[in-house]
Amino acid sequence: MNQTQGGNVITRVIAASSLGTMIEWYDFYIFGMLAKTISTEFFPEGNATAALLSTLAIFAAGFIVRPFGALVFGRLGDILGRKSTFLLTLVLMGGSTFLIGLVPGYQTIGIAAPLLVLLLRLIQGLALGGEYGGAATYVAEHAPADRRGYFTSWIQTTATLGLFIALGVIMLVKMNMSDAAFNAEWGGWRYPFWFSILLVGVSVYIRMKMEESPLFSKLKSEGKTAKNPLKESFKHKANFKMVLLALFGAVMGQGVIWYTGQFYAQSFLETKVMLDFEQSRTIMLWAILFATPFFIFFGWLSDKIGRKWIMLLGMLVAIITYRPIFNYFLEKGDVTEWHRADTESGSTTTTKTEALGNGGDSLLIHSKTVKFSSGAAYTEQTVDTLNAATNEVSTGRPVVKDKVLAPTTYWKYIGLVFILIFYVTMVYGPIAAFLVELFPVRIRYTSMSLPYHIGNGVFGGLVPFIGVLLQTTFTSDALVGLWYPIAVAGLCFIIGAVYLTNKIDREVND
Amino acid sequence: MNFVKRLLGLIWLLLGPAVICFLIAGAVKNIDPSGTRDINNPVIWVIIIAIFVPIAIGLMIFGWYAMKNEYKHLPEDSDHLNFE
Repeated sequence: MNQTQGGNVITRVIAASSLGTMIEWYDFYIFGMLAKTISTEFFPEGNATAALLSTLAIFAAGFIVRPFGALVFGRLGDILGRKSTFLLTLVLMGGSTFLIGLVPGYQTIGIAAPLLVLLLRLIQGLALGGEYGGAATYVAEHAPADRRGYFTSWIQTTATLGLFIALGVIMLVKMNMSDAAFNAEWGGWRYPFWFSILLVGVSVYIRMKMEESPLFSKLKSEGKTAKNPLKESFKHKANFKMVLLALFGAVMGQGVIWYTGQFYAQSFLETKVMLDFEQSRTIMLWAILFATPFFIFFGWLSDKIGRKWIMLLGMLVAIITYRPIFNYFLEKGDVTEWHRADTESGSTTTTKTEALGNGGDSLLIHSKTVKFSSGAAYTEQTVDTLNAATNEVSTGRPVVKDKVLAPTTYWKYIGLVFILIFYVTMVYGPIAAFLVELFPVRIRYTSMSLPYHIGNGVFGGLVPFIGVLLQTTFTSDALVGLWYPIAVAGLCFIIGAVYLTNKIDREVND
Repeated sequence: MNFVKRLLGLIWLLLGPAVICFLIAGAVKNIDPSGTRDINNPVIWVIIIAIFVPIAIGLMIFGWYAMKNEYKHLPEDSDHLNFE
Protein backbone atom coordinates (compact mmCIF):
# COMPACT_ATOMS: atom_id res chain seq x y z
CA MET A 1 0.00 0.00 0.00
CA ASN A 2 1.37 3.39 -0.93
CA GLN A 3 -0.51 5.49 1.50
CA THR A 4 1.05 5.65 4.92
CA GLN A 5 -1.06 7.19 7.64
CA GLY A 6 0.30 9.25 10.50
CA GLY A 7 0.69 7.61 13.90
CA ASN A 8 -2.23 9.52 15.39
CA VAL A 9 -4.62 8.59 12.60
CA ILE A 10 -3.79 4.90 12.64
CA THR A 11 -4.13 4.79 16.43
CA ARG A 12 -7.60 6.30 16.16
CA VAL A 13 -8.49 3.94 13.33
CA ILE A 14 -7.43 0.93 15.39
CA ALA A 15 -9.20 2.23 18.49
CA ALA A 16 -12.46 2.89 16.62
CA SER A 17 -12.41 -0.46 14.82
CA SER A 18 -11.28 -2.53 17.78
CA LEU A 19 -13.65 -0.99 20.31
CA GLY A 20 -16.64 -1.62 18.09
CA THR A 21 -15.60 -5.18 17.31
CA MET A 22 -14.93 -5.84 20.97
CA ILE A 23 -18.43 -4.66 21.87
CA GLU A 24 -19.94 -6.91 19.26
CA TRP A 25 -18.08 -9.87 20.72
CA TYR A 26 -19.13 -8.81 24.21
CA ASP A 27 -22.75 -8.81 23.05
CA PHE A 28 -22.39 -12.21 21.46
CA TYR A 29 -20.69 -13.79 24.47
CA ILE A 30 -23.05 -12.63 27.19
CA PHE A 31 -25.84 -14.49 25.45
CA GLY A 32 -23.78 -17.69 25.53
CA MET A 33 -22.65 -17.25 29.12
CA LEU A 34 -26.13 -16.49 30.40
CA ALA A 35 -27.67 -19.23 28.25
CA LYS A 36 -29.03 -21.14 31.24
CA THR A 37 -30.83 -18.14 32.74
CA ILE A 38 -32.06 -16.97 29.34
CA SER A 39 -33.34 -20.45 28.66
CA THR A 40 -35.32 -20.45 31.92
CA GLU A 41 -36.72 -16.96 31.28
CA PHE A 42 -37.60 -17.25 27.62
CA PHE A 43 -37.54 -20.92 26.60
CA PRO A 44 -39.15 -22.92 29.43
CA GLU A 45 -38.83 -26.69 29.38
CA GLY A 46 -41.84 -28.72 28.38
CA ASN A 47 -43.01 -26.28 25.70
CA ALA A 48 -42.31 -27.70 22.24
CA THR A 49 -42.58 -24.36 20.40
CA ALA A 50 -40.27 -22.63 22.85
CA ALA A 51 -37.80 -25.51 22.51
CA LEU A 52 -37.83 -25.16 18.72
CA LEU A 53 -37.30 -21.40 18.97
CA SER A 54 -34.46 -21.98 21.42
CA THR A 55 -32.77 -24.37 19.00
CA LEU A 56 -33.12 -21.87 16.17
CA ALA A 57 -31.80 -19.04 18.35
CA ILE A 58 -28.67 -21.01 19.16
CA PHE A 59 -27.93 -22.85 15.94
CA ALA A 60 -29.45 -20.75 13.16
CA ALA A 61 -27.93 -17.52 14.50
CA GLY A 62 -24.44 -18.96 14.44
CA PHE A 63 -24.45 -21.26 11.45
CA ILE A 64 -26.76 -19.72 8.87
CA VAL A 65 -27.33 -16.08 9.71
CA ARG A 66 -23.69 -15.23 10.37
CA PRO A 67 -22.38 -16.25 6.91
CA PHE A 68 -25.50 -14.65 5.43
CA GLY A 69 -24.62 -11.44 7.30
CA ALA A 70 -21.14 -11.65 5.78
CA LEU A 71 -22.73 -11.61 2.31
CA VAL A 72 -25.27 -8.86 3.05
CA PHE A 73 -22.90 -6.46 4.82
CA GLY A 74 -19.89 -7.43 2.71
CA ARG A 75 -21.84 -6.35 -0.37
CA LEU A 76 -22.89 -3.10 1.31
CA GLY A 77 -19.31 -2.44 2.43
CA ASP A 78 -17.99 -2.85 -1.10
CA ILE A 79 -20.70 -0.63 -2.59
CA LEU A 80 -21.39 2.05 0.06
CA GLY A 81 -18.12 2.02 1.97
CA ARG A 82 -16.48 0.43 4.99
CA LYS A 83 -17.23 3.13 7.53
CA SER A 84 -21.01 3.40 7.10
CA THR A 85 -21.40 -0.38 6.91
CA PHE A 86 -19.57 -1.28 10.06
CA LEU A 87 -21.33 1.58 11.83
CA LEU A 88 -24.61 -0.05 10.87
CA THR A 89 -23.52 -3.50 12.08
CA LEU A 90 -22.49 -2.00 15.41
CA VAL A 91 -25.84 -0.28 15.94
CA LEU A 92 -27.76 -3.42 14.96
CA MET A 93 -25.69 -5.61 17.25
CA GLY A 94 -25.73 -3.28 20.26
CA GLY A 95 -29.36 -2.33 19.79
CA SER A 96 -30.56 -5.92 19.65
CA THR A 97 -28.50 -6.85 22.72
CA PHE A 98 -29.98 -3.97 24.68
CA LEU A 99 -33.48 -4.95 23.57
CA ILE A 100 -32.98 -8.59 24.64
CA GLY A 101 -32.44 -7.18 28.12
CA LEU A 102 -35.84 -5.45 27.89
CA VAL A 103 -37.96 -8.37 26.66
CA PRO A 104 -40.34 -9.54 29.43
CA GLY A 105 -40.10 -13.22 30.38
CA TYR A 106 -42.23 -16.10 29.08
CA GLN A 107 -44.28 -15.98 32.29
CA THR A 108 -45.43 -12.44 31.44
CA ILE A 109 -45.98 -12.33 27.66
CA GLY A 110 -46.00 -16.03 26.74
CA ILE A 111 -44.73 -17.22 23.34
CA ALA A 112 -44.05 -13.62 22.23
CA ALA A 113 -41.01 -13.65 24.56
CA PRO A 114 -39.04 -16.42 22.81
CA LEU A 115 -40.16 -15.10 19.41
CA LEU A 116 -38.77 -11.65 20.17
CA VAL A 117 -35.54 -13.08 21.54
CA LEU A 118 -35.13 -15.26 18.44
CA LEU A 119 -35.65 -12.26 16.17
CA LEU A 120 -33.12 -10.15 18.09
CA ARG A 121 -30.67 -13.02 18.18
CA LEU A 122 -30.88 -13.42 14.41
CA ILE A 123 -30.19 -9.69 13.99
CA GLN A 124 -27.17 -10.13 16.27
CA GLY A 125 -25.81 -12.99 14.16
CA LEU A 126 -26.42 -11.02 10.97
CA ALA A 127 -24.57 -7.98 12.31
CA LEU A 128 -21.69 -10.08 13.61
CA GLY A 129 -21.26 -11.51 10.11
CA GLY A 130 -20.71 -8.03 8.76
CA GLU A 131 -18.54 -6.51 11.43
CA TYR A 132 -15.21 -8.30 11.26
CA GLY A 133 -14.59 -7.94 7.54
CA GLY A 134 -15.31 -4.21 7.78
CA ALA A 135 -13.04 -3.61 10.75
CA ALA A 136 -10.17 -5.67 9.30
CA THR A 137 -10.45 -4.04 5.89
CA TYR A 138 -10.73 -0.56 7.37
CA VAL A 139 -7.60 -0.93 9.51
CA ALA A 140 -5.59 -2.70 6.78
CA GLU A 141 -6.45 -0.01 4.25
CA HIS A 142 -5.08 2.64 6.60
CA ALA A 143 -1.98 0.71 7.66
CA PRO A 144 1.50 1.03 6.15
CA ALA A 145 2.51 -2.03 4.12
CA ASP A 146 5.24 -3.20 6.44
CA ARG A 147 3.08 -3.04 9.59
CA ARG A 148 -0.24 -4.37 8.32
CA GLY A 149 -0.04 -7.56 10.36
CA TYR A 150 0.83 -5.63 13.49
CA PHE A 151 -1.98 -3.09 13.15
CA THR A 152 -4.70 -5.55 12.17
CA SER A 153 -3.71 -7.90 14.99
CA TRP A 154 -5.22 -5.40 17.42
CA ILE A 155 -8.62 -6.34 16.03
CA GLN A 156 -7.80 -9.97 16.74
CA THR A 157 -7.54 -9.17 20.43
CA THR A 158 -11.14 -7.96 20.48
CA ALA A 159 -12.74 -11.40 20.51
CA THR A 160 -10.66 -12.21 23.55
CA LEU A 161 -11.21 -8.86 25.20
CA GLY A 162 -14.94 -9.08 24.54
CA LEU A 163 -14.98 -12.48 26.20
CA PHE A 164 -12.91 -11.12 29.06
CA ILE A 165 -15.18 -8.13 29.68
CA ALA A 166 -18.31 -10.27 29.39
CA LEU A 167 -16.94 -12.71 31.97
CA GLY A 168 -15.87 -9.83 34.21
CA VAL A 169 -19.20 -7.98 34.06
CA ILE A 170 -21.23 -11.12 34.74
CA MET A 171 -19.00 -12.14 37.63
CA LEU A 172 -19.14 -8.61 39.07
CA VAL A 173 -22.94 -8.56 38.97
CA LYS A 174 -23.15 -12.10 40.37
CA MET A 175 -20.80 -11.31 43.24
CA ASN A 176 -22.96 -8.38 44.33
CA MET A 177 -26.29 -10.15 44.62
CA SER A 178 -27.82 -13.45 45.62
CA ASP A 179 -28.50 -16.14 43.03
CA ALA A 180 -32.24 -15.54 43.44
CA ALA A 181 -31.86 -11.81 42.73
CA PHE A 182 -29.62 -12.54 39.76
CA ASN A 183 -31.98 -15.07 38.19
CA ALA A 184 -35.28 -13.24 38.84
CA GLU A 185 -37.35 -12.16 35.81
CA TRP A 186 -36.04 -8.57 36.03
CA GLY A 187 -32.92 -9.61 37.93
CA GLY A 188 -29.19 -9.02 37.61
CA TRP A 189 -28.73 -11.19 34.52
CA ARG A 190 -30.23 -8.30 32.49
CA TYR A 191 -27.58 -5.78 33.60
CA PRO A 192 -24.87 -7.01 31.18
CA PHE A 193 -27.39 -6.58 28.33
CA TRP A 194 -28.22 -3.03 29.39
CA PHE A 195 -24.55 -2.20 29.90
CA SER A 196 -24.05 -2.91 26.21
CA ILE A 197 -25.88 0.25 25.11
CA LEU A 198 -23.41 2.42 27.00
CA LEU A 199 -20.46 0.76 25.23
CA VAL A 200 -22.18 1.06 21.86
CA GLY A 201 -22.90 4.77 22.41
CA VAL A 202 -19.21 5.45 23.02
CA SER A 203 -18.14 3.37 20.04
CA VAL A 204 -20.66 4.92 17.64
CA TYR A 205 -19.47 8.36 18.72
CA ILE A 206 -15.86 7.44 17.94
CA ARG A 207 -16.68 5.76 14.64
CA MET A 208 -18.83 8.70 13.48
CA LYS A 209 -15.77 10.90 13.73
CA MET A 210 -13.67 8.67 11.51
CA GLU A 211 -13.06 9.15 7.79
CA GLU A 212 -13.80 6.56 5.12
CA SER A 213 -10.96 4.19 4.16
CA PRO A 214 -8.59 6.10 1.83
CA LEU A 215 -8.41 3.23 -0.65
CA PHE A 216 -12.17 2.90 -0.88
CA SER A 217 -12.58 6.69 -1.19
CA LYS A 218 -10.10 6.73 -4.05
CA LEU A 219 -11.86 3.84 -5.76
CA LYS A 220 -15.21 5.57 -5.36
CA SER A 221 -13.96 8.92 -6.66
CA GLU A 222 -12.65 7.11 -9.73
CA GLY A 223 -16.00 5.35 -10.18
CA LYS A 224 -14.34 1.94 -9.93
CA THR A 225 -16.35 0.41 -7.08
CA ALA A 226 -17.88 -2.98 -7.77
CA LYS A 227 -21.38 -2.94 -9.27
CA ASN A 228 -22.15 -6.43 -8.04
CA PRO A 229 -19.61 -7.56 -5.39
CA LEU A 230 -21.31 -10.94 -4.85
CA LYS A 231 -21.08 -11.82 -8.53
CA GLU A 232 -17.47 -10.61 -8.79
CA SER A 233 -16.47 -12.47 -5.64
CA PHE A 234 -18.08 -15.81 -6.23
CA LYS A 235 -18.86 -16.09 -9.95
CA HIS A 236 -15.49 -14.86 -11.07
CA LYS A 237 -13.34 -17.98 -11.13
CA ALA A 238 -10.00 -16.29 -10.41
CA ASN A 239 -11.39 -14.71 -7.24
CA PHE A 240 -13.62 -17.61 -6.21
CA LYS A 241 -10.70 -20.02 -6.17
CA MET A 242 -8.96 -17.64 -3.74
CA VAL A 243 -12.09 -17.59 -1.55
CA LEU A 244 -11.98 -21.40 -1.45
CA LEU A 245 -8.27 -21.38 -0.70
CA ALA A 246 -8.73 -18.86 2.12
CA LEU A 247 -11.45 -21.05 3.65
CA PHE A 248 -9.88 -24.50 3.32
CA GLY A 249 -6.23 -23.47 3.61
CA ALA A 250 -6.40 -21.07 6.55
CA VAL A 251 -9.68 -19.99 8.12
CA MET A 252 -11.25 -23.41 8.65
CA GLY A 253 -8.27 -24.50 10.80
CA GLN A 254 -8.08 -21.14 12.54
CA GLY A 255 -11.79 -21.41 13.41
CA VAL A 256 -11.53 -24.79 15.14
CA ILE A 257 -8.30 -23.90 16.98
CA TRP A 258 -9.89 -20.69 18.20
CA TYR A 259 -13.10 -22.37 19.32
CA THR A 260 -11.32 -25.27 21.01
CA GLY A 261 -8.96 -22.97 22.93
CA GLN A 262 -11.45 -20.42 24.12
CA PHE A 263 -14.76 -22.27 24.38
CA TYR A 264 -14.36 -26.02 24.31
CA ALA A 265 -11.63 -25.84 26.97
CA GLN A 266 -13.95 -23.98 29.33
CA SER A 267 -16.85 -26.33 28.67
CA PHE A 268 -14.50 -29.31 29.14
CA LEU A 269 -13.34 -28.02 32.54
CA GLU A 270 -16.91 -27.47 33.68
CA THR A 271 -18.68 -30.52 32.30
CA LYS A 272 -15.99 -33.22 32.04
CA VAL A 273 -13.54 -32.31 34.79
CA MET A 274 -16.49 -30.92 36.83
CA LEU A 275 -14.56 -27.95 38.21
CA ASP A 276 -16.18 -25.40 40.45
CA PHE A 277 -17.80 -22.64 38.32
CA GLU A 278 -15.75 -19.77 39.75
CA GLN A 279 -12.47 -21.67 39.48
CA SER A 280 -13.05 -22.71 35.87
CA ARG A 281 -13.89 -19.12 34.93
CA THR A 282 -10.86 -17.64 36.70
CA ILE A 283 -8.61 -20.22 35.01
CA MET A 284 -9.91 -18.95 31.67
CA LEU A 285 -9.57 -15.31 32.68
CA TRP A 286 -5.93 -15.63 33.78
CA ALA A 287 -4.97 -17.65 30.71
CA ILE A 288 -6.66 -15.17 28.37
CA LEU A 289 -5.05 -12.25 30.14
CA PHE A 290 -1.55 -13.72 29.80
CA ALA A 291 -2.03 -14.87 26.21
CA THR A 292 -3.72 -11.82 24.67
CA PRO A 293 -0.47 -9.82 24.03
CA PHE A 294 0.64 -12.64 21.76
CA PHE A 295 -2.03 -11.69 19.20
CA ILE A 296 -0.06 -8.49 18.71
CA PHE A 297 3.27 -10.32 18.79
CA PHE A 298 2.32 -12.78 16.06
CA GLY A 299 0.74 -10.01 13.99
CA TRP A 300 4.01 -8.11 14.25
CA LEU A 301 6.07 -11.24 13.52
CA SER A 302 3.99 -11.98 10.43
CA ASP A 303 5.12 -8.65 8.98
CA LYS A 304 8.70 -9.87 9.29
CA ILE A 305 8.55 -13.53 8.25
CA GLY A 306 5.21 -13.92 6.47
CA ARG A 307 1.74 -15.03 7.65
CA LYS A 308 1.52 -18.57 6.35
CA TRP A 309 3.94 -20.52 8.51
CA ILE A 310 2.97 -18.84 11.77
CA MET A 311 -0.64 -19.84 11.27
CA LEU A 312 0.22 -23.34 10.08
CA LEU A 313 2.68 -23.92 12.92
CA GLY A 314 -0.08 -22.93 15.37
CA MET A 315 -2.32 -25.59 13.80
CA LEU A 316 0.43 -28.22 13.82
CA VAL A 317 1.36 -27.85 17.50
CA ALA A 318 -2.33 -27.86 18.42
CA ILE A 319 -2.86 -31.09 16.47
CA ILE A 320 0.07 -32.73 18.27
CA THR A 321 -0.62 -31.54 21.81
CA TYR A 322 -4.41 -31.29 22.16
CA ARG A 323 -4.93 -34.80 23.44
CA PRO A 324 -2.05 -34.78 25.98
CA ILE A 325 -3.20 -31.41 27.36
CA PHE A 326 -6.85 -32.36 27.76
CA ASN A 327 -5.84 -35.75 29.12
CA TYR A 328 -3.82 -33.95 31.80
CA PHE A 329 -6.96 -32.00 32.78
CA LEU A 330 -8.84 -35.27 33.23
CA GLU A 331 -6.09 -37.08 35.15
CA LYS A 332 -5.30 -34.25 37.54
CA GLY A 333 -9.00 -33.64 38.12
CA ASP A 334 -9.66 -37.25 39.09
CA VAL A 335 -10.67 -37.37 42.78
CA THR A 336 -9.50 -40.98 43.09
CA GLU A 337 -6.02 -39.68 42.43
CA TRP A 338 -6.55 -36.93 45.02
CA HIS A 339 -7.43 -39.52 47.68
CA ARG A 340 -4.33 -41.52 46.78
CA ALA A 341 -1.85 -38.63 46.75
CA ASP A 342 -3.33 -36.19 49.26
CA THR A 343 -4.51 -36.21 52.88
CA GLU A 344 -8.17 -35.69 53.67
CA SER A 345 -8.52 -32.80 56.14
CA GLY A 346 -12.23 -32.99 56.79
CA SER A 347 -15.68 -33.44 55.35
CA THR A 348 -19.20 -32.10 55.88
CA THR A 349 -22.46 -33.76 54.96
CA THR A 350 -25.79 -32.02 54.36
CA THR A 351 -29.20 -33.26 53.24
CA LYS A 352 -31.77 -31.01 51.58
CA THR A 353 -35.34 -31.85 50.60
CA GLU A 354 -37.02 -30.37 47.53
CA ALA A 355 -40.56 -30.91 46.24
CA LEU A 356 -40.81 -32.85 42.97
CA GLY A 357 -43.88 -31.81 40.99
CA ASN A 358 -47.31 -31.53 42.58
CA GLY A 359 -47.83 -35.20 43.48
CA GLY A 360 -46.16 -34.96 46.90
CA ASP A 361 -42.99 -36.75 45.82
CA SER A 362 -39.75 -35.16 46.90
CA LEU A 363 -36.05 -35.17 46.17
CA LEU A 364 -33.55 -35.89 48.91
CA ILE A 365 -30.29 -34.21 48.00
CA HIS A 366 -27.33 -35.57 49.98
CA SER A 367 -24.15 -33.57 49.61
CA LYS A 368 -20.81 -34.56 51.05
CA THR A 369 -18.03 -32.00 50.74
CA VAL A 370 -14.54 -33.45 51.13
CA LYS A 371 -11.54 -31.22 51.81
CA PHE A 372 -7.84 -32.01 51.47
CA SER A 373 -4.79 -30.60 53.23
CA SER A 374 -3.47 -29.25 49.90
CA GLY A 375 -6.52 -26.97 49.62
CA ALA A 376 -8.36 -29.14 47.11
CA ALA A 377 -12.02 -30.00 47.70
CA TYR A 378 -14.98 -31.57 45.96
CA THR A 379 -18.65 -32.30 46.57
CA GLU A 380 -20.23 -35.70 46.05
CA GLN A 381 -23.94 -35.38 45.54
CA THR A 382 -26.59 -38.07 45.48
CA VAL A 383 -30.18 -37.23 44.60
CA ASP A 384 -32.70 -39.78 45.91
CA THR A 385 -36.39 -39.71 45.04
CA LEU A 386 -38.96 -40.26 47.77
CA ASN A 387 -42.26 -41.63 46.51
CA ALA A 388 -45.01 -40.08 48.68
CA ALA A 389 -47.56 -42.83 47.98
CA THR A 390 -45.37 -45.87 48.74
CA ASN A 391 -42.79 -44.14 50.96
CA GLU A 392 -40.13 -45.89 48.93
CA VAL A 393 -36.81 -44.25 48.18
CA SER A 394 -35.11 -44.81 44.85
CA THR A 395 -31.42 -44.08 45.21
CA GLY A 396 -29.66 -41.92 42.66
CA ARG A 397 -26.11 -42.26 41.34
CA PRO A 398 -23.46 -40.25 43.19
CA VAL A 399 -22.06 -37.41 41.12
CA VAL A 400 -18.77 -35.66 41.89
CA LYS A 401 -18.99 -31.93 41.19
CA ASP A 402 -17.75 -28.46 42.21
CA LYS A 403 -14.15 -29.62 42.32
CA VAL A 404 -11.74 -27.06 43.70
CA LEU A 405 -8.16 -27.62 42.63
CA ALA A 406 -5.17 -27.29 44.95
CA PRO A 407 -3.26 -24.04 44.22
CA THR A 408 -0.36 -25.82 42.45
CA THR A 409 -2.67 -27.77 40.16
CA TYR A 410 -4.79 -24.66 39.61
CA TRP A 411 -1.80 -22.75 38.22
CA LYS A 412 -0.77 -25.73 36.09
CA TYR A 413 -4.26 -25.68 34.58
CA ILE A 414 -3.88 -21.95 33.90
CA GLY A 415 -0.55 -22.68 32.22
CA LEU A 416 -2.09 -25.31 29.98
CA VAL A 417 -5.12 -23.21 29.05
CA PHE A 418 -2.64 -20.42 28.34
CA ILE A 419 -0.89 -22.75 25.87
CA LEU A 420 -4.23 -23.52 24.19
CA ILE A 421 -4.91 -19.80 23.80
CA PHE A 422 -1.33 -19.21 22.72
CA TYR A 423 -2.11 -21.49 19.75
CA VAL A 424 -5.15 -19.30 19.10
CA THR A 425 -2.93 -16.23 18.96
CA MET A 426 -0.67 -17.93 16.42
CA VAL A 427 -3.48 -18.77 14.03
CA TYR A 428 -5.59 -15.69 14.70
CA GLY A 429 -2.98 -12.92 15.03
CA PRO A 430 -1.96 -12.79 11.33
CA ILE A 431 -5.30 -13.85 9.79
CA ALA A 432 -6.79 -10.40 9.11
CA ALA A 433 -3.71 -9.19 7.21
CA PHE A 434 -3.56 -12.51 5.38
CA LEU A 435 -7.18 -12.24 4.21
CA VAL A 436 -6.96 -8.58 3.28
CA GLU A 437 -3.91 -9.22 1.10
CA LEU A 438 -5.65 -12.07 -0.69
CA PHE A 439 -8.42 -9.98 -2.26
CA PRO A 440 -8.68 -6.78 -4.34
CA VAL A 441 -10.01 -3.61 -2.73
CA ARG A 442 -13.21 -3.42 -4.84
CA ILE A 443 -14.59 -6.72 -3.46
CA ARG A 444 -12.42 -7.16 -0.39
CA TYR A 445 -15.17 -6.78 2.23
CA THR A 446 -17.38 -9.42 0.58
CA SER A 447 -14.61 -11.84 -0.37
CA MET A 448 -12.93 -12.01 3.03
CA SER A 449 -16.08 -11.93 5.16
CA LEU A 450 -17.66 -15.12 3.87
CA PRO A 451 -14.70 -17.52 4.37
CA TYR A 452 -13.96 -15.91 7.72
CA HIS A 453 -17.47 -16.49 9.03
CA ILE A 454 -17.80 -19.98 7.58
CA GLY A 455 -14.46 -20.87 9.16
CA ASN A 456 -15.27 -19.40 12.54
CA GLY A 457 -19.06 -19.60 12.71
CA VAL A 458 -19.61 -23.00 11.09
CA PHE A 459 -16.38 -25.00 11.50
CA GLY A 460 -15.56 -23.42 14.86
CA GLY A 461 -19.14 -23.30 16.09
CA LEU A 462 -19.62 -27.01 15.42
CA VAL A 463 -16.84 -28.08 17.81
CA PRO A 464 -19.21 -28.85 20.74
CA PHE A 465 -21.90 -30.50 18.60
CA ILE A 466 -19.51 -32.79 16.74
CA GLY A 467 -17.81 -33.46 20.07
CA VAL A 468 -21.06 -34.82 21.52
CA LEU A 469 -21.75 -36.72 18.30
CA LEU A 470 -18.37 -38.47 18.48
CA GLN A 471 -18.75 -39.08 22.21
CA THR A 472 -22.07 -40.83 21.60
CA THR A 473 -20.57 -43.06 18.95
CA PHE A 474 -17.26 -43.83 20.67
CA THR A 475 -18.19 -43.93 24.34
CA SER A 476 -14.97 -45.39 25.74
CA ASP A 477 -12.73 -42.41 24.88
CA ALA A 478 -13.43 -39.29 26.93
CA LEU A 479 -11.29 -37.23 24.56
CA VAL A 480 -12.87 -38.44 21.34
CA GLY A 481 -14.51 -35.02 20.77
CA LEU A 482 -11.06 -33.57 20.09
CA TRP A 483 -10.72 -35.58 16.89
CA TYR A 484 -12.97 -33.08 15.09
CA PRO A 485 -10.76 -29.98 15.64
CA ILE A 486 -7.67 -32.16 15.13
CA ALA A 487 -8.98 -33.51 11.80
CA VAL A 488 -10.16 -30.12 10.50
CA ALA A 489 -6.92 -28.40 11.55
CA GLY A 490 -4.94 -31.30 10.02
CA LEU A 491 -6.77 -30.99 6.71
CA CYS A 492 -6.32 -27.22 6.75
CA PHE A 493 -2.62 -27.61 7.56
CA ILE A 494 -2.06 -29.85 4.54
CA ILE A 495 -4.01 -27.58 2.18
CA GLY A 496 -2.30 -24.47 3.55
CA ALA A 497 1.18 -25.99 3.40
CA VAL A 498 0.74 -27.21 -0.17
CA TYR A 499 -1.25 -24.43 -1.84
CA LEU A 500 -0.64 -21.17 0.07
CA THR A 501 2.26 -18.84 -0.49
CA ASN A 502 4.20 -17.15 2.30
CA LYS A 503 4.72 -14.02 0.24
CA ILE A 504 3.42 -10.81 1.83
CA ASP A 505 1.47 -8.73 -0.67
CA ARG A 506 2.77 -5.21 -0.01
CA GLU A 507 0.27 -3.57 -2.36
CA VAL A 508 -3.30 -3.84 -1.13
CA ASN A 509 -4.49 -0.76 -3.01
CA ASP A 510 -5.13 -2.75 -6.19
CA MET B 1 5.02 -29.87 -6.21
CA ASN B 2 2.42 -29.33 -8.92
CA PHE B 3 1.95 -33.08 -9.17
CA VAL B 4 1.24 -33.23 -5.41
CA LYS B 5 -1.21 -30.31 -5.71
CA ARG B 6 -3.08 -32.06 -8.51
CA LEU B 7 -3.05 -35.45 -6.81
CA LEU B 8 -4.34 -34.01 -3.57
CA GLY B 9 -7.05 -32.30 -5.62
CA LEU B 10 -8.55 -35.73 -6.26
CA ILE B 11 -8.71 -36.35 -2.51
CA TRP B 12 -10.51 -33.03 -1.87
CA LEU B 13 -12.87 -33.86 -4.70
CA LEU B 14 -13.80 -37.18 -3.08
CA LEU B 15 -13.84 -35.77 0.45
CA GLY B 16 -16.79 -33.48 -0.34
CA PRO B 17 -19.32 -36.31 -0.99
CA ALA B 18 -17.81 -38.29 1.91
CA VAL B 19 -18.60 -35.44 4.30
CA ILE B 20 -22.18 -35.23 3.02
CA CYS B 21 -22.63 -39.01 3.42
CA PHE B 22 -21.13 -38.87 6.93
CA LEU B 23 -23.56 -36.15 7.98
CA ILE B 24 -26.61 -37.86 6.50
CA ALA B 25 -25.62 -41.16 8.14
CA GLY B 26 -25.09 -39.30 11.44
CA ALA B 27 -28.53 -37.71 11.13
CA VAL B 28 -30.26 -41.01 10.36
CA LYS B 29 -28.54 -42.73 13.26
CA ASN B 30 -29.00 -40.05 15.90
CA ILE B 31 -32.30 -38.30 15.22
CA ASP B 32 -34.64 -39.47 17.92
CA PRO B 33 -37.82 -37.54 18.75
CA SER B 34 -37.80 -38.97 22.26
CA GLY B 35 -34.17 -38.00 22.83
CA THR B 36 -33.24 -34.90 24.82
CA ARG B 37 -29.80 -34.06 23.49
CA ASP B 38 -28.85 -31.77 20.63
CA ILE B 39 -27.76 -34.67 18.45
CA ASN B 40 -31.27 -36.15 18.72
CA ASN B 41 -32.87 -32.96 17.43
CA PRO B 42 -33.91 -33.10 13.73
CA VAL B 43 -34.00 -29.30 13.39
CA ILE B 44 -30.31 -29.04 14.24
CA TRP B 45 -29.41 -31.73 11.73
CA VAL B 46 -31.43 -29.98 9.02
CA ILE B 47 -29.58 -26.71 9.74
CA ILE B 48 -26.17 -28.38 9.80
CA ILE B 49 -26.72 -30.42 6.64
CA ALA B 50 -28.17 -27.37 4.87
CA ILE B 51 -25.09 -25.30 5.66
CA PHE B 52 -22.55 -28.08 5.16
CA VAL B 53 -23.72 -29.30 1.76
CA PRO B 54 -22.66 -26.05 0.01
CA ILE B 55 -19.36 -26.14 1.93
CA ALA B 56 -18.74 -29.73 0.83
CA ILE B 57 -19.57 -28.73 -2.75
CA GLY B 58 -17.06 -25.90 -2.30
CA LEU B 59 -14.44 -28.44 -1.24
CA MET B 60 -15.21 -30.48 -4.36
CA ILE B 61 -14.82 -27.40 -6.56
CA PHE B 62 -11.56 -26.63 -4.76
CA GLY B 63 -10.40 -30.18 -5.51
CA TRP B 64 -11.47 -29.83 -9.13
CA TYR B 65 -9.54 -26.56 -9.52
CA ALA B 66 -6.51 -28.17 -7.87
CA MET B 67 -6.70 -31.13 -10.26
CA LYS B 68 -6.87 -28.73 -13.20
CA ASN B 69 -3.69 -27.09 -11.89
CA GLU B 70 -5.47 -23.79 -11.23
CA TYR B 71 -3.36 -23.29 -8.09
CA LYS B 72 -0.06 -23.60 -9.92
CA HIS B 73 0.46 -19.84 -9.58
CA LEU B 74 -1.52 -17.64 -7.22
CA PRO B 75 -2.48 -14.17 -8.54
CA GLU B 76 -0.18 -11.47 -7.20
CA ASP B 77 -2.39 -8.44 -7.85
CA SER B 78 -5.82 -7.49 -9.19
CA ASP B 79 -4.61 -7.34 -12.76
CA HIS B 80 -4.27 -11.10 -12.63
CA LEU B 81 -7.89 -11.36 -11.54
CA ASN B 82 -8.97 -9.46 -14.65
CA PHE B 83 -12.29 -8.01 -13.48
CA GLU B 84 -12.94 -5.64 -16.32
